Amino acid sequence: MAKPVGLEVSLAVAEAVRLCDADVVAAYPITPQTHIVEHLSDLVANGELDAEYIPVESEQSAMSSCLGSSAAGARTFTATSSQGLALMNEMLFIAPVLRTPIVMAIANRALSAPINIWNDHSDIMSVRDVGWLALFAENGQEALDLTILSFRIAEDRRVSLPVTINIDGFTLSHFIEPVLLPELEEVRKWLPPFDPLVKLDVANPISIGLLGTPESYTEARKITDDILLGSLPVVKEAFGEFREAFGREYKVVESYRADDAESILVTMGSISETAMTAVDELREDGESVGVARIRLWRPFPVEDFKKAVGHAKNLIVIDRHISMGVPDGPVALEVKSLFYHDPCDKKPVITNFVLGLGGRDVTRDDFKHIVKKAREHTRENCQTRFELVGVWEE
Amino acid sequence: MKKGIDALMPAKDLPPGFTAKPGSTLEFKTGDWRSARPKLDREKCIYCGFCYIYCPDGVYEDMGKDEKWYKPDFDYCKGCGVCAHECPKKCIEMVLEEV
Repeated sequence: MAKPVGLEVSLAVAEAVRLCDADVVAAYPITPQTHIVEHLSDLVANGELDAEYIPVESEQSAMSSCLGSSAAGARTFTATSSQGLALMNEMLFIAPVLRTPIVMAIANRALSAPINIWNDHSDIMSVRDVGWLALFAENGQEALDLTILSFRIAEDRRVSLPVTINIDGFTLSHFIEPVLLPELEEVRKWLPPFDPLVKLDVANPISIGLLGTPESYTEARKITDDILLGSLPVVKEAFGEFREAFGREYKVVESYRADDAESILVTMGSISETAMTAVDELREDGESVGVARIRLWRPFPVEDFKKAVGHAKNLIVIDRHISMGVPDGPVALEVKSLFYHDPCDKKPVITNFVLGLGGRDVTRDDFKHIVKKAREHTRENCQTRFELVGVWEE
Repeated sequence: MKKGIDALMPAKDLPPGFTAKPGSTLEFKTGDWRSARPKLDREKCIYCGFCYIYCPDGVYEDMGKDEKWYKPDFDYCKGCGVCAHECPKKCIEMVLEEV
């Protein structure tokens, strides 16, 4: 049986990679991801993880190395944040179409300018549609478990796509939390050896990374999108098997006191814990409010999400990123589009609040303010643009 | 039927990872990209081999000491005209392709 240990969440993620017996780690250190790859470097140097650690000169090289090693049949891990993810951008688009099941932890951080090392979701939201599966962790245990799950999901031959595990920078990555560290044998038994769908092999040579002319590009993109959308049941299946093996249950959308709630806060990542505490306090005051947390962001679990929130009168969508030039944040845009075709009397009133940018604290009072403000809006008096919570304008 | 990377193929039939087997360029004829083809005046040709050397696509074949000329492979010649430009005797003319 696993014993609870006090571990910094970054180290817990690195330990999960050790338990999964990764073959290659190619990464460039960047705050607040640094402790993840620093610890992996230690594990490799100390002989605790039998892997090749490639200390590359940039994130562009990190993701290029990952593409190569994954295509060669190596279980591959990397991690990054913010500007680092931006520097990987062109390589990120390639991995899904080449079907390379790379696993990447992102310690989510704001993007410049102004220069900022603290937490929000600007980094992942700017590359949300490039074909990677994306999971969001709420706490340390989940960050560890989702890392193990990511290898299982990514390498499943029905999927064979890259996966990101999103961990809020500092508020999660640098916190020491009690986590249950599974036994090595348990994980090795649960996670089958990597059997690649596409493999560079001298005995059976292939070319990879080809030109796609106007006659084939559309089909190559379409099939990748089909496979990403089709990975949802595989994710659920893996969550189910994980529960059987390790006893912890995960869902693609997590509900908290939402079943009978009139207003539901839609959240992602670590601020969901603050939202749940706020909901407990609001419930004591007689407010009918709950939380729906999106754990699987890509592929978007449309039916599961609508099932979790469909009965609400008010849907209060929280974004940690400004989509500049659009009146909604990225999560709100998607949530609104999901309800577009529903009959008017069945649609919730959807409001959008952006907060916690560049590491600004998100408090219980923020959520109480948000719930109050959201209720002022009706179908007739709808919100025309997201509210930026706590912005100092006077 | 076309084969190779510009072949029309249902999405489900594409190889996973958009890969190709070795030697598939043989099946992928690129000559139809051409808008003009080199036409050689064998009377003026001195068999110097400039066309053979300068061709960026290696489409010229040496026809040997008896025939004394170089023959382009129109399955792959893209009509760039480098051979005509480099020919010291100006005996290669680029002729517009008729469709």
